[in-house]
Amino acid sequence: MSGAYEIVKTARSTRRPTSMDFISGIFSGFMELHGDRRFADDRAIVGGLARLGERAVTVIGIEKGHSTRERMLRSFGAPQPEGYRKALRLMKQAEKFRRPVISFIDTSGAYCGIGAEERGQGQAIAENLMEMMTLRTPTISIVVGEGGSGGALALGAADRVWMLENAIYSVISPEGCASILWKDASKAETAAEVLKLTARDSLRGGLIDEVISEEGLGEERFWHRLRGKLTEALRELEAMSPETLTEARYRRFRAIGTDRKEG
Amino acid sequence: MSILNFLLQPKNELEAGGRSALPVQGDEGEPEKTCPNCHRSLPLSRLWAQQNTCDCGHHYRMTARQRLSYLADPGSWRELFTDVASLDPIGFPGYGEKLSSARLNSKEAEAVLCGTASVGGQDCCLYVMEPYFMMGSMGTAVGEKLTRLFEYALEHRKSVVGFAASGGARMQEGLYSLMQMAKTSGAVKRHSDAGLFFLSVLTDPTTGGVTASFASEGDIILAEPGATVGFAGARVVEQTTRKALPKGFQTAEFMLEHGFVDAIAPRRGQRALIAKLLHLHEGGKQP
Repeated sequence: MSGAYEIVKTARSTRRPTSMDFISGIFSGFMELHGDRRFADDRAIVGGLARLGERAVTVIGIEKGHSTRERMLRSFGAPQPEGYRKALRLMKQAEKFRRPVISFIDTSGAYCGIGAEERGQGQAIAENLMEMMTLRTPTISIVVGEGGSGGALALGAADRVWMLENAIYSVISPEGCASILWKDASKAETAAEVLKLTARDSLRGGLIDEVISEEGLGEERFWHRLRGKLTEALRELEAMSPETLTEARYRRFRAIGTDRKEG
Repeated sequence: MSILNFLLQPKNELEAGGRSALPVQGDEGEPEKTCPNCHRSLPLSRLWAQQNTCDCGHHYRMTARQRLSYLADPGSWRELFTDVASLDPIGFPGYGEKLSSARLNSKEAEAVLCGTASVGGQDCCLYVMEPYFMMGSMGTAVGEKLTRLFEYALEHRKSVVGFAASGGARMQEGLYSLMQMAKTSGAVKRHSDAGLFFLSVLTDPTTGGVTASFASEGDIILAEPGATVGFAGARVVEQTTRKALPKGFQTAEFMLEHGFVDAIAPRRGQRALIAKLLHLHEGGKQP
């Protein structure tokens, strides 16, 4: 068993805290706000208002659920276009009221289905990316479990992107990669290794800003530590004007894959 | 063979419609291709003369250069950012060889061409993706070239016309590829916020991370008839849902019906349509 695949299994474990656990662990007074105001309320994405200490924040999370029943209700954390549109609605609301947006990412990918295609899954993700890049309020995104491709990035174009120690972030699932490369999904272990999908790999490449240690994961001391980190990061980001903030965010993503020396 | 026929003759098989149908030797000695739609065989020179479309209206895939030769006013194409080449950021096994053979086969350095041109007398920035370079997949070089093009267009206050043809993000560059979706979206947004016009044309195929980023971010989105346009792969959708896919699922026409495309733009008349749209957006170029 490869090291990377061990991490993939950990990231996917049903015993791992989900986005809802993070929300209730870190924030107080969470009030969920439903619906995209266009078509439906996607249960795979939760969002709403909460407090971080004294500060009002908008929180959004891709939720997988714990029990089988709940996981089915939440499509195993695979959002429909409505989920991404709800997230965008809440982000625009946060911008209006100058609230920071904190997002929790945990998905194997955007929902794959006929309805999702009919309602523009690609367009929904594209619009989120475009709008997030110029959102005039601080944004922090944390990959807490699986960061599966475009469906994860749709909440990930943020000022700060963090990953939990055993989270993964990848352009394709190891199984998908293995079936394309070797026509054999069972070679996922090898694929996990070559995809460089761990938090450490992502940090080394400058793709994310910080790896969050999982010491005490799910316990109050863990939430306390995250609360402190978020408060500190928001203090930095809130000191910037909206222009400086969006410029820095643009530069952050603009710099990825720009170095052409080896070309 | 007349001089006209000579000029119109495709230089290789790719230019004559690509691998989707192999040419066969016709009665008169000229290679022909059989249309997958109407099953009629047409000589390559005829296909080439009608912009790689069959008499029945089937649109064959074509190379980026071939598209440029139909699209840009003669002599107006000026290519930009040709020095941008792919890296192997995660040291993916076999990627170096794959890149070399893609370069050799397509005779292009990467899966997108960027530059300036005039189309029907209208100046614009232009990108054309190359489906014969690793299925037009977006890695760091494609992302970087597109980002530079939108930045260039912003600086020079130009409209952007783009032709998408892509299987999505390039797996071999891992998370770096995925991040190009955010990077290009940021560049499109800045261009857009400055009141500038982006016309996105979806050609066969436009899928995955390209559908989920810049290709869906045009002020106006056109699609070529019959082009595959979607996010998730059709086979994956079928396997996940265990349902028969509706007829015409993930085609340009399906996207039109569901409201994600402004119009279907057949190649015949496409150039005039693009010129007209560019002309209609002239006002947006005023600072």
